[in-house]
Amino acid sequence: MSAISLKVNGRVHDVNVDPETPLLYVLSDELQLRGPKFGCGLGQCGACTVLIQGRAVRSCVIQVSTVKDQEVTSLEGIGTPERPNTLQQAFIDEGAAQCGFCLSGVILTAKALLDQNPKASDRQIREAMRGILCRCFAHSRMMRAIRRFQERGK
Amino acid sequence: MNQELTRRDFLRTSGLLIVSLGARSMVGPLGARQGPFDTHPSPVDPSKLDSWLAIASDGTVSAYTGKCDLGQGMLTVQTQLVAEELCVPLDRVKLIQCDTSITPDQGTTSGSQSTPTNFNARNLAQAAATAREALIAMAGEKLGLSADGLTAENGIVRAANGHAISYAELIGGKHFELAVNPRASRRVANEWKVLGKPIPSVDRVALVTGAFEFVHNVQVPGMVHGRVVRPPEMGATVASVDEKSVEHIPGVIQVVVRKNFVGVVAEKQWQAAKAAKTLKITWNPGPGLPPQESFYEEMRKQTSRDVMLVNSADVDAKLKGAARVLKATYCYPYQAHGSIGSSCAIAEVRADQATIWSPTQSVYPTQHGIATLTGLPPESVRLIFVRGSGCYGLNAADTVSYDAALLSQDARRPVRVQLTRQDEFLSENYGSACVIEQQVGVDASGAIIAWDCASWSVSLGGRPGYDRPGSVITGMLAGFEPERITPRAAVEPTGELRNGSNAVPSYVLGCIGGKCGGAGSIRSERIVMRAVESPFFTGPLRSPLRLQNTFAHECFMDEISAHVKADPVAYRLQHLSETRISDVLKGAAQKANWEARWSPKPGNARTGVVSGRGVASVAYEGDNGYAALVAEVEVDQANGQVQPKRFVCALDCGPVSNPDGLRNQIEGGILQGTSRALTEEISWDDRKVTSIDWRTYHTLSLGFEVPVIECVLIDRPAAKSTGAGETAITLAAAAIGNAIFDATSARIREVPFTPERVKAALAARSAASAS
Repeated sequence: MSAISLKVNGRVHDVNVDPETPLLYVLSDELQLRGPKFGCGLGQCGACTVLIQGRAVRSCVIQVSTVKDQEVTSLEGIGTPERPNTLQQAFIDEGAAQCGFCLSGVILTAKALLDQNPKASDRQIREAMRGILCRCFAHSRMMRAIRRFQERGK
Repeated sequence: MNQELTRRDFLRTSGLLIVSLGARSMVGPLGARQGPFDTHPSPVDPSKLDSWLAIASDGTVSAYTGKCDLGQGMLTVQTQLVAEELCVPLDRVKLIQCDTSITPDQGTTSGSQSTPTNFNARNLAQAAATAREALIAMAGEKLGLSADGLTAENGIVRAANGHAISYAELIGGKHFELAVNPRASRRVANEWKVLGKPIPSVDRVALVTGAFEFVHNVQVPGMVHGRVVRPPEMGATVASVDEKSVEHIPGVIQVVVRKNFVGVVAEKQWQAAKAAKTLKITWNPGPGLPPQESFYEEMRKQTSRDVMLVNSADVDAKLKGAARVLKATYCYPYQAHGSIGSSCAIAEVRADQATIWSPTQSVYPTQHGIATLTGLPPESVRLIFVRGSGCYGLNAADTVSYDAALLSQDARRPVRVQLTRQDEFLSENYGSACVIEQQVGVDASGAIIAWDCASWSVSLGGRPGYDRPGSVITGMLAGFEPERITPRAAVEPTGELRNGSNAVPSYVLGCIGGKCGGAGSIRSERIVMRAVESPFFTGPLRSPLRLQNTFAHECFMDEISAHVKADPVAYRLQHLSETRISDVLKGAAQKANWEARWSPKPGNARTGVVSGRGVASVAYEGDNGYAALVAEVEVDQANGQVQPKRFVCALDCGPVSNPDGLRNQIEGGILQGTSRALTEEISWDDRKVTSIDWRTYHTLSLGFEVPVIECVLIDRPAAKSTGAGETAITLAAAAIGNAIFDATSARIREVPFTPERVKAALAARSAASAS
């Protein structure tokens, strides 16, 4: 066990864990965040996605000790039920969810891409979303929501 | 924990009610059964209005349902239903779902039965209607007016003379002390104010902002973490477990062994994961598995349990006299539910009682299963449903609830268990593999005169129900027997036509003893279902058997229409008698600008990318919803890739209770069906299942080029509500398969339509045309 300091959603948290612990377990068990979720533990589905310094990262396969002082942002860190982020609002407007378990991967992966490349083409968006799974298959609405957000940005 | 206190505490903490509705006060006459369900007596008496809803002193409404939201919108539409029937604003209703201490036993949330159950003339809807009538009567008494002249709106009863009194004033915080009135008048669908509207799903904002509490997020004081260790191959048993092998791992609390069930409990999740990986277990090998390559042939050699669904007794004679006899065999693989989140449950088992937070579809049956596993009486076990990842049927939700209970009982701590991805794939009850043999006779005009069908499915275990914990893997590992197939010869059918598995094609008349229940016009038919024992656990997967059978019927119908050179839509209509399925077919064809002609499409080249269209339709479970689907696809004949470009779906589920929710179900169902048609298949070697993650079990990701999906909603306000969550998915494989044929003249009779299989079918076509 070691004392580790993490910067998550704008706050500093001190935790005492095995440094090899995947970041996801620290976020969900120690910090009790609900956004990032365990889907596969293998980096294959995206449900555990968080932003680290603005990049979409699979928190189930990175050790907490490697995060160091980088800023971690989870789904609840980009907006709140009262004040959703504009991309979250686009998902709300399009009704782009069924069970909703996959949303961290879908929303944060799209956000990381579009923050970096606001004019990403459909092909580039699909490329970025290739490793993200939604087993309710709300794909149509999710892609519409991402494009709606893109349109608003123009 | 005292259940009476629990419910009182629950209501207090929910901030909605100050009344005490102790579960024990609701115990009705012993043996009270609810409606048509196979349920056991529960502490909540469904004949009493107070079991279904309560109005607090501030006018807020708590409604109790035994049908839970599995991610398909049941929370929203049932909230709408209560608001509509009770005449209160939507945001005043709080729906409390599936908790054995406080909600009525409505069996299992499955089979597209939740809307029919709670929207038709019984249960939740009838309770809310009873409450509205009772409130109007109370208001009449208070105001000294006849109830006839009073109306209810927005939680207020008004008189023509301007007097008004609120529900809160009439009943707030008090029991109704009334029976549910089966004759209470229901709101008429064409006067609906809350139902029938595209109300945004009530959980949407919380989901999108990460605020929603899934079962995975439940925190219980003192909670620790468990992991299970499953046998490395099917049928392997524990020889020995070396508990000392994990002693050195910090945080390990307990190694739990119950016959062949093995698990570990540790303070933290990562410690439990490490311990599960490190624990030394010696396993006795299992008996091995049948080869996958020849499995469809092997299936048909087993002794089976046969059910004859309909037999006109003249099929052989008709086939003999037919101008032409056509035959085909269709194969469908085992498929996984593959929930995006692996299953999770939290259990707190003490010496004399247990509480389980579970994503199960069946809180009451699971309560009994856990009672059996732990040795506690069922009434001392409380099951609280908390939503998990979308399950689409019997995923590992029940088995992980058992896992948590077993670990908690031995560790004497509240234990949270979330399965690994590999364990999820190895712990669920797969959708059944099927082989369907088809044969029809057509007359000189090309019309079908006889239909002969035998469909084989595989079965082991299934929903554990109240008394079969061995029907999911944890129960079996802990020493309980799964439900097995008992071979039995078919007997001649009697009574009504039963088509719950859609084994009977929509195109037959389906007469038993002179009474006809089919949707079609073909008078000679022999339909038999044969079940054989499966080497793997099986269970309901979205549209169980209905999808597999419909794939075979609708592809075969397409083959027949191509053979007799008939337009596939017109040919279907020619053989249908039920207007509701005819109407969805016409609706989809019209919206899709369907060009009337036979398949394959004329002029398509035999190389390069070609396009085609296909259609399929179904009377779901015979009469639980109607849908037709047109698929337009492109096939790259160089690499065998199939790309759906457009789907048009027409659907009739009676009165449409929420058009936005319905569209969401249709869109998701079609794409999930597309993924199952194109990519999904459980694979195995001679000892074990080899589909254990997203590299070895394939699914269409968000990077998939999403086709255009158009919906035609056929609203029938006067009809009964039917299911709508499983209808569209039932058609996807057939419509896509038929479109591939239209584009390429290659018929693929085995799911999934992988590039290899498409290429093989294209090559077979070349060989056939060369010979």
